[in-house]
Amino acid sequence: MTAMTTSTYAWLAHFAQSTGVLYFMGIFLAVCIYAFWPSNRARFEEAARTPLRED
Amino acid sequence: MSSLDTNAPEPRKSLWSKHKIFETNSIILVIGVLLVVSIGGLVEIAPLFYLRNTIETVEGMRPYTPLELAGRAIYVREGCYNCHSQMIRPLRDEIERYGHYSLAAESMYDKPFQWGSKRTGPDLARVGGKYSDEWQLAHLNRPRDLVPQSIMPGYPFLAATRLNYGDIADHLRANRAGGVPYSDEMIAQAETDLKAQATPDHPRAAELEARHPKVQIRDFDGDAQRISEADALIAYLQTLGTLVDFKIYDDKANIR
Amino acid sequence: MAATGYPIRRATPGEMGGMLLAAAAVLPLLMIAGMTSDSGYAFHASLSAAAATASIFLIANRCFRPGQVPAPLEIDGRPNYNMEPVKFATVAAMVWGIAGFAIGVIIASQLAFPDLNFDLPWVNFGRLRPLHTSAVIFAFGGNVLIGTSFYVVQRTCRARLAGDLSPWFVILGYNFFIVIAGTGYLLGITDGKEYAEPEWYADLWLTLVWVVYLLVFLGTLARRKEPHIYVANWFYLGFILTIAVLHVGNNLAVPVSVLSPKSYGLWSGVQDAMFQWWYGHNAVGFFLTAGFLAIMYYFVPKRAERPIYSYRLSIIHFWALIFLYIWAGPHHLHYTALPDWAQTLGMTFSIMLWMPSWGGMINGMMTLSGAWDKLRTDPVLRMMVVSLAFYGMSTFEGPLMSIKAVNSLSHYTDWTIGHVHSGALGWVAYISFGAIYCLVPWLWNRKGLYSLKLVNWHFWVSTLGIVLYISAMWVSGIMQGLMWRAYTSLGFLEYSFIETVAAMKPYYVIRAMGGVLFLTGALIMAFNLWMTVRRGAEDVPQRDLTPQPQLVPAE
Repeated sequence: MTAMTTSTYAWLAHFAQSTGVLYFMGIFLAVCIYAFWPSNRARFEEAARTPLRED
Repeated sequence: MSSLDTNAPEPRKSLWSKHKIFETNSIILVIGVLLVVSIGGLVEIAPLFYLRNTIETVEGMRPYTPLELAGRAIYVREGCYNCHSQMIRPLRDEIERYGHYSLAAESMYDKPFQWGSKRTGPDLARVGGKYSDEWQLAHLNRPRDLVPQSIMPGYPFLAATRLNYGDIADHLRANRAGGVPYSDEMIAQAETDLKAQATPDHPRAAELEARHPKVQIRDFDGDAQRISEADALIAYLQTLGTLVDFKIYDDKANIR
Repeated sequence: MAATGYPIRRATPGEMGGMLLAAAAVLPLLMIAGMTSDSGYAFHASLSAAAATASIFLIANRCFRPGQVPAPLEIDGRPNYNMEPVKFATVAAMVWGIAGFAIGVIIASQLAFPDLNFDLPWVNFGRLRPLHTSAVIFAFGGNVLIGTSFYVVQRTCRARLAGDLSPWFVILGYNFFIVIAGTGYLLGITDGKEYAEPEWYADLWLTLVWVVYLLVFLGTLARRKEPHIYVANWFYLGFILTIAVLHVGNNLAVPVSVLSPKSYGLWSGVQDAMFQWWYGHNAVGFFLTAGFLAIMYYFVPKRAERPIYSYRLSIIHFWALIFLYIWAGPHHLHYTALPDWAQTLGMTFSIMLWMPSWGGMINGMMTLSGAWDKLRTDPVLRMMVVSLAFYGMSTFEGPLMSIKAVNSLSHYTDWTIGHVHSGALGWVAYISFGAIYCLVPWLWNRKGLYSLKLVNWHFWVSTLGIVLYISAMWVSGIMQGLMWRAYTSLGFLEYSFIETVAAMKPYYVIRAMGGVLFLTGALIMAFNLWMTVRRGAEDVPQRDLTPQPQLVPAE
């Protein structure tokens, strides 16, 4: 296996840092949107009562 | 089922089609979790194998001799790493107390690494050569005879136990499978080399030195009759931190 | 009792397969036991052969007992829950917990009074300390997690646990792993990586058990009658999956031979260090955090009789937590030979981790909003809420200690030990105690606990123990860190190393006393649970009364 040179690493690090932030923010936003989407509200409230319902 | 029926707002589907969607959901959850948790590990670990400057270029590092390797196994077996680190940080007090800060290269053949996480006792990364064999043996036997305030357990059984080295060649072979550069010859001669290192004036000493430069050949526990676990452990301790020649090591060339 | 001699039914294909596999394993195991030169390894091989033989009898014995096999999924339209494995795990958790706390007291005393090592191999600090950490994390914590996960996944899916033999294989197989790992440490069988000490053959066995665990869990989810997978199950699933990945990644190794217990890992030096703390920190993140958060998300709402404060927050909590945790490992390697870029990444993510951690804590605590009075009357709920407070405290302290400047002082000292125990005793053990206090009356069909007064005693005795423990470790840790770096006015190091060791002694004594109190609390708990099973509630009927479907006798 060939080892990477330092400049390749510098490029890679820059790439990872810039896209990494975007990637993380993207996931975070997607999760927030999913969690706060108005039509999901009823489902989540229903789900939250799962442990309290008895059979 | 009753609670579901009264609460489900969506139109009724057949039970089968519902079931299928549910299964898909838990698989989606599995895939999502795996995706999210694998990224951090990949980004942090994978480059360590590819980046050349992860491990510094140094002179003098070599794999452990068979006797040192056996001693290291005893160090691991007794859980020494629970109280002793082998990692000197580049902080002023640590360098003054223990010596040059540890390099990644110095543990490049360590399986497992023994950097440790706690210093109930002092760091051992450069303990090699700091004390005599006699001191090490007496200290292992009865630590408080030498250091009255020490809280280290005594290990008198090490000097009293014969070293079990019948499968030492297999130990070298397993290390080689994990990337440690032991040659065929080193593996074939492992048992001879082990005995030669613990026996002064052994006829095969020259070969041992050729295979393992800087090897220290002595009767480490002062008992010429047999090779004990203390022989192996002290041989390992005495080699710690002594391989890299810091007189010719250039810190600046390896800034990462 | 069945009539002797004739089985009531034929063995199912699964039972036949299980017996054949166990039978096939006996001879090779006995051969290994006879051929190896390592006595500890021979002991383990014989023990495994005995366990295989015992499992043949256990499986065969099922055919002599009445009851429909496989057990019906529902009885009278209600799920026919399989709670016997949960009962076993609950008892095992208490037994291992007390053993683990007791070993903790012993090793704490050894540090204060080193003669307690007795100069013997089997009981020296170096061998007992992994026994303590494994007993409390994997034996106590592991049984709590497996037991509660089997309980919660059934109740929140309203479906019987998947598999017939497999849940038992998971529980018994896991506890057998614990026995092998624990006796191995005493015999000097260890691979020398903290919190991952079991050797290659124990690791392989655990991998098998864990895969079956995942399949049982997923199989039960697939059977569910609820439209939504309740969030507690998300956390359990995250825990099971990630632990599988971590375990395999960190433990890849080449055995010296089939006849040797010793192996050498695939990784060495700096890479091994990174793998180890990627594993080690996520054992904290996914075993000791995600798994126990799952407990929080079920048992706190259940006990408080109110839904979780914000279900939406719990979804964000889950994804943010698992995303951030996995990066935090390198903060265990600050200022070491690990490259700086990795250390910086570890520090950054550790600091960010503070946010989801507190999000989860707030979510749990606010579940009680409008019902705070229950804290006064219900000591079990109080224990769980205090566990969340400790969780909040240690997840604030953690990011703080991951800052490089702070870490340069705290690393290698008792501060780390104090931090770990505020999380382990305050958070993990307390939320587990709370869950077990809830579970035992539910599982054994009792009206309530034998005595709430004793729960109160347990709470106060062990809380005092925790306070003694962590404050002693804060003082000794910070003091030792400062002594190591102290200089005289002439520019020399002020203290020799041994002077810093001697200065620790009073704090080590206080710490051991804290441990004794914590252990005492657990013994009070065990007595209370024992009496609950034997006699049931003594106090007035309690609120945690939940109707249970009639359990069929163990199939």
